[in-house]
Amino acid sequence: MRSDSSRRAPLLLTLVVAAVIIFLYFPATVIAIYAFTIEDKLVTFPPPSLTLNWFPITAGRSDLWESFSYSLAIASISMVFATILGTLAAAAVNRLTFRGKDAIAFLLILPIALPGIVTGIALSSSMNVLGIDKNFWTIVAGHVTFCTVTVYNNVIARFRRMGNSQIEASMDLGASGFETFKNIILPGLATALLAGALLAFALSMDEIIVTKLLSGSETTLPVWIYSQLSNRPRNRPITNVVALFVLATTFIPVILAYRWSEQASSEE
Amino acid sequence: MTTPAHAKERETVRPPSSILRDISTFLYRRPWLIMTLLLAPPLLWLGVVYLGSLGALTLNSFYIYNSFSGQVTPGFTLNNYAKLFGGSNPTIVFRSAGMAATVTAICMALAFPVGYYMARYASPRLKRFLYLSVLLPLWSSYIVRIYAWKTILANEGVLNWFLNQVGLAGARDALLTAPVIGGNSLSVSIIGMLLVFVYVWLPYMILPIQASLERVPQSVLDASSDLGARPFTTFWKVTLPLAIPGVVAGSIFTFSLTLGDYIIPNTLGSTLFIGNIVERNLGANNNLPLAAAMTVVPMIVMITYLLLARKTGAFDAL
Amino acid sequence: MNVSRHFGDVKAVDRVHLDVPDGEFFTMLGPSGSGKTTCLRMVAGFDHPTAGKIELYGQDVTNLPPYERDVTTVFQDYALFPHMTVFDNVAYGLKIRKLPESQIQQQVGDMLELVRLPGMSKRKPSQLSGGQRQRVALARALVTHPRVLLLDEPLGALDLKLRQQMQIELKNIQQQVGITFIYVTHDQEEALTMSDHIAIFNLGKIEQVGTPAEVYEHPATEFVAGFVGVSNLVRSPLAESITGSPQTFSIRPEKIRLGEVGGSAPKNMHSATGIIREVVYLGINTRYIVDLDGGGELMVVEQNMETTSMDVVEARGRKVNLMWDKSHARFIGGQA
Repeated sequence: MRSDSSRRAPLLLTLVVAAVIIFLYFPATVIAIYAFTIEDKLVTFPPPSLTLNWFPITAGRSDLWESFSYSLAIASISMVFATILGTLAAAAVNRLTFRGKDAIAFLLILPIALPGIVTGIALSSSMNVLGIDKNFWTIVAGHVTFCTVTVYNNVIARFRRMGNSQIEASMDLGASGFETFKNIILPGLATALLAGALLAFALSMDEIIVTKLLSGSETTLPVWIYSQLSNRPRNRPITNVVALFVLATTFIPVILAYRWSEQASSEE
Repeated sequence: MTTPAHAKERETVRPPSSILRDISTFLYRRPWLIMTLLLAPPLLWLGVVYLGSLGALTLNSFYIYNSFSGQVTPGFTLNNYAKLFGGSNPTIVFRSAGMAATVTAICMALAFPVGYYMARYASPRLKRFLYLSVLLPLWSSYIVRIYAWKTILANEGVLNWFLNQVGLAGARDALLTAPVIGGNSLSVSIIGMLLVFVYVWLPYMILPIQASLERVPQSVLDASSDLGARPFTTFWKVTLPLAIPGVVAGSIFTFSLTLGDYIIPNTLGSTLFIGNIVERNLGANNNLPLAAAMTVVPMIVMITYLLLARKTGAFDAL
Repeated sequence: MNVSRHFGDVKAVDRVHLDVPDGEFFTMLGPSGSGKTTCLRMVAGFDHPTAGKIELYGQDVTNLPPYERDVTTVFQDYALFPHMTVFDNVAYGLKIRKLPESQIQQQVGDMLELVRLPGMSKRKPSQLSGGQRQRVALARALVTHPRVLLLDEPLGALDLKLRQQMQIELKNIQQQVGITFIYVTHDQEEALTMSDHIAIFNLGKIEQVGTPAEVYEHPATEFVAGFVGVSNLVRSPLAESITGSPQTFSIRPEKIRLGEVGGSAPKNMHSATGIIREVVYLGINTRYIVDLDGGGELMVVEQNMETTSMDVVEARGRKVNLMWDKSHARFIGGQA
């Protein structure tokens, strides 16, 4: 539908929308405040006074850094594999007729649409059967499974926007399939690929349920945060800082991904 | 320098030949080969590994579990499924389904106005801003958002402080004593869980709704009013039905994610949901068959839901 | 002979046999879905014929991919590469051929001048108008010196004035450059304007191949008569009563004269009487629809040499005797 900003929205509607947006951001703001509070055991509100003390203390926790780098590593590698698989699937579906397209889209969305425990237990029990020990790579395997679809969605949307005639034109002018891929397809897909990859990265960084089921002895950062939730609050302030940190780090990839997928539409 | 010469006098320069070109030609004449190469890795992974695992899981749900020895033997028994009907399990299943449905309903109610506003009234800049505002929470850390609410809802936290200031403490206590949704405190109660569930999944509902509303062609709306329909009628009979795919798409996520979640129930209460049972049986007991049976239920529910959703065209809205 | 297609057999194209003469502007004309575009794509290499072969200057190219054929295409949507400048777009084919940089600069420059787009090299396609993009597509396809240039309804997206201008330019460029052009269109006026030879397609088959004059004056089938130019088709039994032969004939509206009723027609002319039902004043000429006494109707077009719009208005309802030279009646499928 066409947006008509000359028409004023009903007041009630505007209020509701504003309320929802505030609702969405309220918790993050609270955490931000708490990260600076001096109080170390309870979460009294209003916070007694503010301090930057907790930041260096948190930075000194090497176990946290380990968890963080573990998460980073998993996310990076999952991102790479998911990008490859997602792009291949999108390229294939791009050439396909109607029926196959539906089936593949369904298959790809299954890991992310089914509850996490389903995916997690399924893969976990397969690994048990095959006698595979849970380790870094098993987690990656799990993450790749549900991250592929984010890349797929982005890339296939871009394929549709690009259309086939550019590819045909390139071959018509003498470029082989590989040359066409390098000169035309890849640049055309570039931002969509990156956007999808970044989203896969963010998804992987954040995941808990499947991760817990597929991990060995090491923990990822979100799993650590979860562990802080179930116990009596011991490390509240540190957790606050970590929480703020995690929020900040997911902020950037998402904005970048958004920028990049919008970019192509302005190019045309 | 070059004057346009006649075709016959001009030589046609060919691109240099190479191995890559030959391979490319080889593939060009065999489109089926290209398709196989493209599809093999993703299909192998998702089709074989993932689907295979789901199949293995279903198989597992029929295996026999010996509670004394903790052994699992392959075989066939409907014992595990029978257990689902016993004890508190049915309650748990219904509770999970009920929660999932409620969360979905509330999300729909909150998300639709936002999606509608974005599609209908927002200027391009505002639209981009709103879109980003919804996108960020969606992709930002799930666990951190839960953690944030835990602290907000805590007895000494922001919300209670606010309620106390405004004098609504009595109302809150009354709410907490209510059946089904009540609990010990806001942070350990069903209502608390409900709140957090809605919060966490709301962006998943907003974006597909907004997407499908965007796709409603303005010409269709114009035609409707042209034919004499009042704005409300147009909304009810034209806009709303066309937005349904988006609503269904969003509901897939809210329903599915709530159904299997155990983290929010664990964090904000002691009531058991499907996810908790599964986790328990898996962990301490290593009772994979029972856990599998318990998991197969939401799995079947969701797959059916997905297949139905496909019919409504919700997939295009994702 | 440069392109021959024997028995191209894909679902959309049914046993087409076509020889395209060298150095000509050759048009494939037909309505949508008639198979002309499919034929073009087969020559380019994008579609593969189910049976038959495609020969280019004696070489069998049927199994060659598009990048191995000395044929380039101007696409209907121009297919310019959006992430490249105009210069890079046009230079693309030359860069693939690994030509030296200086030569590329030279040739691209010359080509941009030929299509009358000097100074545009740094722009991106999104900054160009439709007509300009079309010229870039043309330049890009020509700069590699193909032996045949294929054009797939390239002027469809342009407005009328621009289209007519481009038609003349394309024809000039073709004659200047001397390459064989194979042009696909559904606009018969365009085909008549530009072509040396026209092949008329219908439902996957070729109805006629000939020069514009041949196709217009001597349509081989009813379809051609109806598709190329406005024509009147007269079938039996009315045909028989007018010409004495049961064969269907067509008569062009501009060849019919409106005469007074009464008196007999000269020996060398056919005639038929009727009443003017509709009159349309078109400035240069006037179009009349005449209901024939023997059934059916004929369209007559007369130049407004002495007639004014006032005369025209009064014409409706007038009884007339239509006459035309016997030699102008074209019998479908050969002479009677």
